Amino acid sequence: MSKKAVAITGIGMITSLGQGKEENWAKLSGGQSGIHRLTRFSIDNMRTTVGGSVDFVDIENLSAPALSHAMARLAILEALGESGLVQDGDFPGQLFLAAPPVEQEWTQRFEFAENVPGDGRSYTDILANMPEDREDLHDDFLYGTIADRLADEFGTQGSPITLSTACASGATAIQLGVEAIRRGSCKAALSVGTDGSMHPESLVRFSLLSALSTDNEDPAATAKPFSVNRGGFVMAEGAAALILEDVDAAKARGATILGYVRGCGEAADTFHRTRSDPSGNAIIRCLESALSDAGMSAADIDYINAHGTGTPENDKMECLAIENVFGEHAAKTPVSSNKSMIGHTLTAAGAIEAAFSLLTLKHQTLPPTINHKEPDPAIPLDVVPNEARTANVKSIMSNSFGFGGQNVCLILSSEPD
Amino acid sequence: MARDVWITGIGLISSLGEGTDATWAALQSGGLRDEWSDHESLAPFHIHPIRDLDVSKYIPKRGDQRAMGPFMHYGACAAGMALEQAGIAGEEKLLGETHLIVGCGGGERDEAADQTILEQLDKTNDKGPALNELLLNELRPTLFLAQLPNLFAGNISIVHGVTGSSRTFMGEESAGVDAMRIAFERVQADQGDLFLVGSAFNAARRDILAIYKPGGMIAEGPLAPFWERPQRGMCLGSIGVFLVIEAAPHAETRGVKPIAKLSGILSDRANRKRGSSRQLAEHQWADLKPMMQDAPFGVLSGACGAGSLLREELGFLETMGKNARVRGTGAAWGHGVEAAFPANIALAAIAAQHQSLFPPLSPEQPLERSAAKESISQVLVTQWGHQRGEALGLVEHVDA
Repeated sequence: MSKKAVAITGIGMITSLGQGKEENWAKLSGGQSGIHRLTRFSIDNMRTTVGGSVDFVDIENLSAPALSHAMARLAILEALGESGLVQDGDFPGQLFLAAPPVEQEWTQRFEFAENVPGDGRSYTDILANMPEDREDLHDDFLYGTIADRLADEFGTQGSPITLSTACASGATAIQLGVEAIRRGSCKAALSVGTDGSMHPESLVRFSLLSALSTDNEDPAATAKPFSVNRGGFVMAEGAAALILEDVDAAKARGATILGYVRGCGEAADTFHRTRSDPSGNAIIRCLESALSDAGMSAADIDYINAHGTGTPENDKMECLAIENVFGEHAAKTPVSSNKSMIGHTLTAAGAIEAAFSLLTLKHQTLPPTINHKEPDPAIPLDVVPNEARTANVKSIMSNSFGFGGQNVCLILSSEPD
Repeated sequence: MARDVWITGIGLISSLGEGTDATWAALQSGGLRDEWSDHESLAPFHIHPIRDLDVSKYIPKRGDQRAMGPFMHYGACAAGMALEQAGIAGEEKLLGETHLIVGCGGGERDEAADQTILEQLDKTNDKGPALNELLLNELRPTLFLAQLPNLFAGNISIVHGVTGSSRTFMGEESAGVDAMRIAFERVQADQGDLFLVGSAFNAARRDILAIYKPGGMIAEGPLAPFWERPQRGMCLGSIGVFLVIEAAPHAETRGVKPIAKLSGILSDRANRKRGSSRQLAEHQWADLKPMMQDAPFGVLSGACGAGSLLREELGFLETMGKNARVRGTGAAWGHGVEAAFPANIALAAIAAQHQSLFPPLSPEQPLERSAAKESISQVLVTQWGHQRGEALGLVEHVDA
């Protein structure tokens, strides 16, 4: 039995393609890549030198939490502007924020080391010479601070939740909002995904897991989801915000409804820390539970916004799961990867791709999978290769699969039932 | 009609001991024991460490043990205990419908690697290229995974086979509170029958002090009695805690008895610049008060030990009246940050099950009234975050 749909009345986004949904959609549907040579920090000695960093936001002291906060803010402002849902200056609902795990960075550690007289550079030396009146070094790097500052600025209600389900985080933020509205905890939710965590150490960490493409020559051609020569994902940054509302409440205030979340599904994989069960068990369960939650079948889905990271493993497993769940409809259902153009925005990806799915509904145009020059014969899907395509699209499945086995699937539709 | 919410399994590890029985027994002697804290290892800081945990009982595979650092070990062991007590361990069908929600941090950096990098780059002006090379050489891939908060839940799924779903909340004290709150609300609203909820914190590390010390709340040097501590009065404590939160009808159907009933979790944040924690807490107390019997009740305070917050919370606790038997548990097991609230809920459940409260931990504080020979069937839990977030929970005795 289907559960009640939840309305979406505002979206905002920022990616390496630009700021705002109009610029992003124009470029995405035009098959343009936001991936570029990295200039924010030295790329000497790095195995990967390209990425989808967001370098056009003005920030005084750049750090992952500062950029993640700034991008989330911009996305929220845009979404709130569209939805018009503000009462007495406050947002009348709860905040669910998917944000990257943060910690002090090398900038801070170098500063700590400079405070130490003599040659010692151990944490004992650092702690003995650390100032106690530097609230910024404390508060800026707590996990709850970004949400706290957003809650202060936008007047959200209750305790804001900061969450991580790795690369599925943005979708989990939406799922938490849907659940809260369905159970009557609130009439509205602000679901946000943000990730501005590209710095030398994060790039090195993903490099060491052999997760990143090292195909550095032409940055715009690095991300090749579903291609036979795909070599990994491209790290990227961005944010998206979605205003979720109880359908009746949204209608009562005369809001323009952009689309509906019809269903959410999730499942945890126990196979391995960075790889999914070769049987596809967990992601199949995830897709099926989303369809079941929406009261829909695979035949009702007109388009799949893929997780499509471009790692050999992900794309193979995602194809397997789609074939399993969609059966004869698999070959007929278009599947494309936004990540071919914006890279993998990690914690933000699920929210950004849900926002792009809503724009897909609005424009009745499927964004392409670019750089698809050498199809993988093991992936016989219609990946909307290289160029956008107009289509009648009413219902979309959006997939997000995370390291650590956390999988989330959303069903978005232009109709509530 | 909201469904009743039961606690049917508890795993608890702290400086007080391993498991609910050992923890409860340790608390019966009254006051504080020296072996619960360690003033030497990270001197001049004080910690409440978990000592000599045999991880192999709950994490049998060596590969799994190596994939995690201490805080993940504490969590995975506590999760194993809770699943075992609730009769879920090894039961594939039940594990498939178990939703995992954790509130935790991450980190646990390789302190030696950081030191090496800082030493090597000390005299280098253009640090960028050298930093890249050093990071590529010094960082271990497995360590990155052990540092990711969501891998805490990921590892619990892998070790214990919990496959229903997996969510990780971050954000210090409130993360632990909201993990419990969301599970509680979802069970009440029929959005799931079976949840494994918890957290863990490792205090025995210096990198976490590098984040907390600049906040001006970490204690150094001689320690004052808990409730009289100055602003720099917070001592961190290692804790691993998990609870199985279950819909009462679901537990009854599978023939499982409750440890206690979870009757309320209120979580909010005061804008501490504009308002106060105390005002918010008084509203929360007004919401739960109609559920209170006219009888002595326990109040487990999650006070972190920072002086200004201690004083403000004492003011609030005084308004609860003469029936309140307060215990500041941070005096015993330290401040477990994300794990602090779930650990006090676990302890409240054990107290409600025993229908008694343990002796005062800080007898010099008048609100820590004795509860000797009193029947205690309701226990409140407070949690004011060291930086933000205020919560109040209620756990009640239920006849098994």
